[in-house]
Amino acid sequence: MQLSENDPTVLSPAEPTYSLRLYVAGQTPKSVLAFTNLKRICEQHLLGRSEIEIIDLLVNPQLARGDQILAVPTLVRRLPEPIKKIIGDLSNTERVLVGLDLRVRE
Amino acid sequence: MPYSVRPILDEVNGHEKAANGADLSHLPGGRGLPKAPTGIRGLDEITLGGLPQGRPTLVCGGPGSGKTLLALTFLVNGVLLFDEPGVLMTFEENEEEIASDVASLGFDLPELIKAQKLAVDYVRVERSEIEETGEYDLEGLFVRLEHAIRTVGARRVVLDTIESLFAGLKNDAILRSELRRLFRWLKDQGVTALITGERGDGALTRQGLEEYVSDAVILLDHRVHDQVSTRRLRVVKYRGSHHGTNEYPFLINADGISVLPVSSMALQHEAPMERVSSGVAHLDVMLSGQGYYRGSTVLVSGAAGTGKTSLAAHFIDAACRRGERCLCFLFEESPQQLLRNMRSIGIDLAPWVASGLLQFHADRPSRYGLETHLVSMHQVVADFRPAVTVIDPVTNLMTVGTYADVQAMLTRLIDHLKTANITAMLTSLMPGQGEIERTEATITSLMDTWIRLANDHVGDRHRRGLYVLKSRGMAHSNELCEFVLTDHGLNLLDAAAAAHWTPGAVDGGSLTERSRDAVV
Repeated sequence: MQLSENDPTVLSPAEPTYSLRLYVAGQTPKSVLAFTNLKRICEQHLLGRSEIEIIDLLVNPQLARGDQILAVPTLVRRLPEPIKKIIGDLSNTERVLVGLDLRVRE
Repeated sequence: MPYSVRPILDEVNGHEKAANGADLSHLPGGRGLPKAPTGIRGLDEITLGGLPQGRPTLVCGGPGSGKTLLALTFLVNGVLLFDEPGVLMTFEENEEEIASDVASLGFDLPELIKAQKLAVDYVRVERSEIEETGEYDLEGLFVRLEHAIRTVGARRVVLDTIESLFAGLKNDAILRSELRRLFRWLKDQGVTALITGERGDGALTRQGLEEYVSDAVILLDHRVHDQVSTRRLRVVKYRGSHHGTNEYPFLINADGISVLPVSSMALQHEAPMERVSSGVAHLDVMLSGQGYYRGSTVLVSGAAGTGKTSLAAHFIDAACRRGERCLCFLFEESPQQLLRNMRSIGIDLAPWVASGLLQFHADRPSRYGLETHLVSMHQVVADFRPAVTVIDPVTNLMTVGTYADVQAMLTRLIDHLKTANITAMLTSLMPGQGEIERTEATITSLMDTWIRLANDHVGDRHRRGLYVLKSRGMAHSNELCEFVLTDHGLNLLDAAAAAHWTPGAVDGGSLTERSRDAVV
C-alpha cells in the first residue's frame, strides 16, 4: 500500500476498517503503556476507523493459542488480511505504522 | 511428592534390574534425590533412577540424534507407566507431525490427548510476520504453558526445541532473561521438565542453554566410524546425584529407545553349582560327568567344518528338551540353513521353534556397529529371557570392530549373560594359524569352558577331534577324543580310540598345544 508523500497515513474513505486485538497479561505497566500508545496511534492515523479488542490472557489463557501469542503485549491486526503481529509496548510509532502496513518499510 | 514416588521408583528399578541384569545401586548416593523415572531401558540405571524430579533437564545433540524421541518417550512413559500426565510444547513440528513421527513406536498421541493425559501446544514463531517495538516479555508463553499444565494436571513438561525462539525473535537480551525466568518458573511449578537443545559449535547448545538448565545435562551423539553408525548417550552433569559417566551406546528401533549401561561395574555374579548337559553324553562325562555349569560361558573353537555348529545344536536341543528357553544369534547362516543342516545330522530343532522355546536372530555383522549389535542383543535377551544363549559364530562380529572393541563388547555381553544366569555358548571360527593366537587371546580369558575342535587326516581318512582345553571349577578330561558326525548326531568315539590319536597333519588348530595347562 503506497500512500502519498505528504500525509502517508490518512485513509481514503474506501480503505477498510482495521480490526485490532491487543493481547496483554494483567494490568502491567507495559500493557497500560501499550494500550495508551495504541489508542493514540489509532486516533492520529486511523481516524477512528478501527476496532480495538483487549484480551487479558490471565482471564482467557486458552485464547493465546489461536493467535499464536508468545510475547505480551502483542498487537494483532486481524483485518484487513493478512494477519500482522506487533510485539512490545508500541512505543515506537514509526515501527507500529510499518507493522500495520500503514507505512512502507524503509 | 518425593516420598510417594519411591515405591514406583523401586519397582521400576527392580524391573529394570531384572530385565537388564545391570545394577548400579551399589554406588553411593544414588537415591538421595527424588527422581522421575524415564522408563527408558538403561537410562534409569545410568541416572540411578531417572531425571531429577521437579527440575529441568537439558537433552542436547545434533540433528537426528534422537532428542525429540527421547523427550517424547519420557512423556508417554510418564503417562502410561507412572501415571504422570505431561505437556509437550513443540516449537518445530506441529501436533500432527509429532504424532505421526512416533506412531511407528506404538505411541498413540491423539488417544492420550483425548484421555486428557497429554497436552500438546505447537508454538509457531515466524520472524517475518512479527514487528518488534519497545519492551515486551514472554508472558504469553508462560500463560500457554500454565494453561496446558493445568488442563491435564501435568507432572512432566517437554520443551522441544525452545532455542527456535532465537530465530523468531530479535531481542536476545529479553529472550535470555525470559528463558532464565521460565526455567525457574518450571521449578516453582514442581514439574519435571525436559528441554531439548541443538548441539552448537564448541558448546553443548547453540544458545548456551546449559547456563540456564544446570541440574542435569544429557548429551546425545550420532557418530559414523568406518561407515558404521553408532548412537551414544552421556550424562554430562547431574547435580546432587551420582551417575554413570561413560558414553553409553543406545539404540532406536521399533521398540523405541534403549540404552546399554556398562554392566561390569563390579564382579558380583552368582556362581551356581547347578550343571547343565552339553547335549552329548560322552562330552558330559569328559566334563567331570555332568556337563557345563549353569550360567557359565562356553567357547567352542575350531576351523571351518570342524563341527562347531553341530555341537551348539546339541546344546540347544538339550536345553529345549529340559523345557528351557533358548536364544540363538546367527551371524553366518540363516535360521533355515541351520535347521536344514542340523536335520542332516539328525537334530531337528524346528519343533522347538514352533513351540516358542527356541528363537533365532540372524543378522549380518556389518549391518551396524558393535555397540549397536550389543544393544540389540541385550534387548532381545531382556525380552525373551532365555536360559541358554548361543552365538554362532562370535568371530564374525570381529569383522566390524578392532580386537579391543570386540573384547570390550564381549566382556559386557558375557557379563550381562552371567548376571542373568544365562548359560552361553559362543562358537569361534579360527581362520588360519597366524590369526589364532590373537583371536583367541581376545576372548578366551572371558570363558569358563573352552572346547577345541580340530581336523586332521591320516592317510585318506579324515578325522575329527575334540578336547576340553579348559573348564574352570571342575576336573575335566584332558583327552583328545575323536568323534564322528552321524545321521543321529555327534558321536564321540570311546576314550580308548581317542588315546590312539597321534597328531598328524593338523589344519586349523595346533593339537600339540594341549600340553598347555588346561585348568585356568
